[in-house]
Formats: sequence, structure tokens, C-alpha cells
Amino acid sequence: MADIDIKRMVADLPCPEFDEPAFAPTKPLHQARVAVVTSAALHHPEDNPFDAQDTSFRVLDPNRRDVQLGHWSPNFDRSGFAEDINVVWPIDRLTELAEQGVIGSVANVHLAFAGNQDETMTSIRLDSGPAAAQILKDDEVDVVLLTPV
Amino acid sequence: MLKALFAMLDAAEGPVLETYPEHIDAADTEPLVCSLPPRMDDSLHPAVDEAQALRNAYDRALEKRGNRIGAAREISADDVPAAVAAFVRITEGVDWKEAEIPGNPMRVAQDIRGYYQTAATELAEHTPAAWAGEDWFYEQTETGRLMLAARTALKAAGAPQPLWFYLSPGDRPA
Repeated sequence: MADIDIKRMVADLPCPEFDEPAFAPTKPLHQARVAVVTSAALHHPEDNPFDAQDTSFRVLDPNRRDVQLGHWSPNFDRSGFAEDINVVWPIDRLTELAEQGVIGSVANVHLAFAGNQDETMTSIRLDSGPAAAQILKDDEVDVVLLTPV
Repeated sequence: MLKALFAMLDAAEGPVLETYPEHIDAADTEPLVCSLPPRMDDSLHPAVDEAQALRNAYDRALEKRGNRIGAAREISADDVPAAVAAFVRITEGVDWKEAEIPGNPMRVAQDIRGYYQTAATELAEHTPAAWAGEDWFYEQTETGRLMLAARTALKAAGAPQPLWFYLSPGDRPA
């Protein structure tokens, strides 16, 4: 099922509304430290694999390229990722942008969750999400790119 | 794409929501051209024979790219032909509990597909278009067609819905 079909399917689904949506201006991009957070259930081979309804996250090392797509759902097209991990985790592109001075630096930590979550996302909102955010703050990350897969 | 996303940081107030016209459409994409091996052992079911014959391509793909697709998580590559044989038995009317599926059926099915699509990265003559890898597996390979047939058989036999539904993408008819 292509993304255009999925967009049609979910277009009318109700979404949570927040009274005070976050807006956090950051430093200029050429000074900013950038991380990727993906919902593609990526992990390194030695990490614990993701399980169904897994609300935890894995930390990705930007110096490594040996990552696996850990989703169990059959509804993913994995061929593009098999050819080039940057379609999900654009780590080489970020490195190039840092070398060009477009961004300040690439974070030392990148994070992966599994995207197949219950609709409340309670555990992530209250537990693993804040824990993940702390890891990013400890690495002085300014900007996070979310790649929803 | 990254530059478009970073441009959103220039907004003075927000949150900023942007919709872009680009999308990935599965229709009219280039099919995956991926040669399959000829029959090697006529005594085996064609799907089992095919799975065995793809092993060298699978191993070469792992060597080059690693296990990005995440195959061989429930069963090893060594177990794939036997797992395919279990789904052959299901299409022949054997009850799924007696078919000797070597693990969680959904996960075994995912590993079989991952084994094939990993091998395809080594055999294909070009980068596959969106969803072309899935179409190739379910429409061009003996095992892909077998998995769809097994799904249909399980549904017809009254197996629990989660057991048969997740054997293939949800938009494939059962």
C-alpha cells in the first residue's frame, strides 16, 4: 500500500489536540546540533530486537551503518532501506551537511522507536519519551528530525 | 527534503505544519527485474526448491549490505526451506497446528519474505521502485504465491484471524 493510499485512509482519523502545542525556536541552523529520531524500529544487530507493542527505544551510533529494520508488520516496503539506509536514517546526508557548514554538527546519539503503537502512546509520552529526550539533551542536541516509518 | 525541513526552522512562530505535494504511488512503477534460479531438484515442491536455490544470493547480499531488512529473526536462513515446506502442507489441507511451522507463523512468514527480498538485492539489476520488491515476491516467486495461497487456506479453514491476516500485507486479498 503506497503512502498516498495510507494518507487517504488516515485523513479523517481524529488526532489528539493539545492546549499548548510546543514551539521552541532554536539557534541558527549552521550552529545547531542535529539528531534523527525514527519510528522505523531500527537497531544494531546486537541490540534487543523490538517486540510487538514495544514502547522502548534503541540508541543508534552515527559511526556505524550496520542497522536492521525491526518492524514485524508485513505492511512495510523494505527494499529502499535495503539499498540505502539514508531513506530512513539520513546519517550520511547529515554528515555532508555538517561538512558543508549547513548544520553545526551531527549528534553522537540517534534514537529509534517502533511506530506501531497504541493510540494513546501513554508509555512513550510519560516514560520512554522523556527518557529519550534526556539523552538528546545530554548530547546538547538542538534540532531533531523525525522520520516516521 | 532535508533542506525543505530545515527551512521550517526559520518560522518566527508556530507550530508550523506544511503539506508537500510529493507522494509515493505504487501504481505504474517499474517492476523489479530479478531473475530466479531454474529448478534444481524436481523432487521438491517448486517453492522449496526455489528457496534453497536462493541461498547463495542471500549470503552474498548479507556480506555486502548486512541484514538491513531484518530477515532470520524468528528462524535462521538454514530453516527457510523447511518453513516453506510447512506452508506447502497448509495449502495441501494440513491443519496449521500440525503443519510444523517452525515458530510464530506471522514472524516465520516475515522471515521468509525477508530472505527473498534480501536475496533480491543481490540479484536485481536495478534499484527497485516503491513496492516493486513486495510485488515481485508475491506475484513472481513460487514462494510468494504459496504464502498467499496458505493465507487463503488458513482463512477458509477457520484459523484465527490474526494468524492468517498478518502472513502478508493487509491489502493483499485472502
